[in-house]
Amino acid sequence: MYEQIAFYLFSVLTVTLFLITVMSKNVLYAMTSLAAGMVLISGFFFILGADFLGVVQLIVYVGAVMALYSFAMMFFDATRNIKEKSTHPALVFGLGGMSALVLVMMFAAPLYSEKIQAFYPMHPEAGNAQDVGIVLFTKYLIPFEVAAVMLLVAMIAGIILAGKKMDVSFTQDLSVDDEIMKQKDAK
Amino acid sequence: MIGLSHYLIVSALIFSIGLVGVLRRRNLLMLFFATEVMLNAVNIAFAAISHYYNDLTGQMFAFFVIAIAASEVAVGLGILIVLYKKQGSLDLDELTTMKG
Repeated sequence: MYEQIAFYLFSVLTVTLFLITVMSKNVLYAMTSLAAGMVLISGFFFILGADFLGVVQLIVYVGAVMALYSFAMMFFDATRNIKEKSTHPALVFGLGGMSALVLVMMFAAPLYSEKIQAFYPMHPEAGNAQDVGIVLFTKYLIPFEVAAVMLLVAMIAGIILAGKKMDVSFTQDLSVDDEIMKQKDAK
Repeated sequence: MIGLSHYLIVSALIFSIGLVGVLRRRNLLMLFFATEVMLNAVNIAFAAISHYYNDLTGQMFAFFVIAIAASEVAVGLGILIVLYKKQGSLDLDELTTMKG
């Protein structure tokens, strides 16, 4: 009963919030609704018994990724509304919906066969975090290490890309900066 | 009772929202948001399948999807900042520099 209420509440709210993300003209509204939708998606994970995945979703997505987006927002002009000219909106909606439906049917069709067996079955008595840890550090150890190296590469790439010309301001009026520098020189 | 198909339908809905966003957005930052929406939809499907087939593999894949999304955001935002410094805009229609 409670599971049903939670499921329908979360699904209606996530779909609405992500629609706002996709349709909004304001970057700040889009980002805020994306963050709220991600919090609610972690609610789905908690209903499904994937506690560790829910916590990781909260920490990594809502904590790290959204913080990164909001820091990057300082480089862009976020207060102005985005002007986008959309060509054939009905065509885009039709094509998007159709191709998503075809993709989902394609990938979901094998699920309804009865031949699927669990490779790594869950142990409800052990708890989700212990289960995840055992499988992650035995069967998925190499992908885990590769993911660690990939995150390191991404971190260095992010620092190098964003760190170029950090001393030049691009959001402020440049003449103001020049005047400040002249005043400093005069002193 | 909530079954696997309920979760798959919600996941498909959210995925198609993200796909429509990717198709209709012209701002690069908004395109990034739409890809995040699609990745999250796939994660819901993974977690639901993992729960209903009593198998941990789905959750493992969801973890790796999250790791890849994090690194994608780090590199992508770096590129966006460089692009904004160079062009002064994130609009895809204004970035057509390869016209022959």
